[in-house]
Amino acid sequence: MTEDGIRCDGRRVDQLRNISIKAGVLKNADGSAYIEFGKNKILAGVFGPRDVHPKHMANQDTGILRCRYHMSPFSVTERKNPAPSRREIEISKVLKEALQPALILKDFPRTVIDVFVEVLQADGGSRCAALDAAAVALADAGIPMRDLVSACAAGKVADRIVLDVNNEEDQEGQADMPVAIMPNVGKVTLMQLDGILTPEEYKTCLQTAIGGCKTVYEVQRRALVERYFESGEK
Amino acid sequence: MGSAILDQLRLDKILDLLKQGKRLDGRALDEQRPLIIETGVIPKANGSARVKLGNTEVITGVKVQPDKPFPDLGDKGILICTAEILPLADPHVEPGPPTEEVIELARVVDRGIRETEMIDLHQLVLIENKSVVGIFIDSSVIDSAGNLFDACSYASVAAVLSSTIPKYEIKDEAPVLVEGVTSKPPVKTLPVSVTMARIGDYIIVDPSKEEEMCMDARITITTNSTGNICALQKGGNDGFSVDQLLKCSEMALSVGTKIRKQLEQLM
Repeated sequence: MTEDGIRCDGRRVDQLRNISIKAGVLKNADGSAYIEFGKNKILAGVFGPRDVHPKHMANQDTGILRCRYHMSPFSVTERKNPAPSRREIEISKVLKEALQPALILKDFPRTVIDVFVEVLQADGGSRCAALDAAAVALADAGIPMRDLVSACAAGKVADRIVLDVNNEEDQEGQADMPVAIMPNVGKVTLMQLDGILTPEEYKTCLQTAIGGCKTVYEVQRRALVERYFESGEK
Repeated sequence: MGSAILDQLRLDKILDLLKQGKRLDGRALDEQRPLIIETGVIPKANGSARVKLGNTEVITGVKVQPDKPFPDLGDKGILICTAEILPLADPHVEPGPPTEEVIELARVVDRGIRETEMIDLHQLVLIENKSVVGIFIDSSVIDSAGNLFDACSYASVAAVLSSTIPKYEIKDEAPVLVEGVTSKPPVKTLPVSVTMARIGDYIIVDPSKEEEMCMDARITITTNSTGNICALQKGGNDGFSVDQLLKCSEMALSVGTKIRKQLEQLM
């Protein structure tokens, strides 16, 4: 990073990478979205609420949410084994737990909502980008939601707190903190941290990430407006 | 499967007590269950510990052996941390491939030790890019009664502190064990994880199994000896407010200080 805070990819410390989201990109899925977040290229597809298979997973009192985060073998520099890694299984779990607070699953007992996320190209911060696409796909599926879920990471690179850590910065950086919020409800639904922060930096980093989430939220909203009210826009 | 009626009654009782600042087992909100650490329980391992956190019990063994470094990390020794919940630990656990809960448990314990840089991995290199010493920290939950994250983390740290690293010499580019020579592990800092649960508007430290059954969300924060926050994982099907997250980090530091004193006695 240069002295006036210009990063390796030319961004300022408080600047997100370019984000574009398109809702309703798949024909068969009940809801879908495609996101480009920097060099990340990620598809999300949603099915349901639908019958649960295997049946023993069904719950009489509430619907359930399942989430699969998967990286394509060609999504990273070295070919990735297509079998789900432990990292992908953990990310699937945290994504599910980040989305679930936004859903009203009690209204759909004995059913499942499946969220499938495929990372076609990965570039640091893929779990946040995946979550941003998944939330739009859920909304696109017409599933009742309390709020969208918007995610973005902040981190510490060259002793400075920066927004939206990219792949190179993550490799060389001192800390990475992915965060997701429900922007209107005001809840943090995903948070992780790798790396060393003082209590003061922790606070700044969290607030920086939340600032980024709010910017992402506007992009998500625009994607849904374009999908459903396109004619009104023109 | 528990009874839905009992679950609801338990939640009502727990919430009722929380309003008075109390918990089902009589603890204060920021009070952990008693922690008992015993080391050297498996003499065939290079280090080991048996930890009781209330009724949760974990055995961790450390094995040290020469290995090849990871391709992109040729200047560092290998650190691998795993955790499993044995079928004898819980009536709901069955043998088979690890569930996502267990994978998360292992990865959170690993992250705590790795991200605090507890062990100076640079000191474990025999030949750069070719041969290094690997430290394998494997935890087995043998009795499951809530907060497996902290129990596995304390057991792992205690097992590392109690371990001895054998000496290896390089002969014909291959590592050979030097009999009878060992050293202490290159420990730089003591990671302490503190797991908290949110039930309603209340944050409680070290949730028991009953409390975990009705918690809204969970957070594990690992701090190092200099008072920094090094690893964090939110779990559970609901979220936290920003104020709660800031409060949790303060609690992790204050509660962690006591545990760290207990772990320091093993050094």
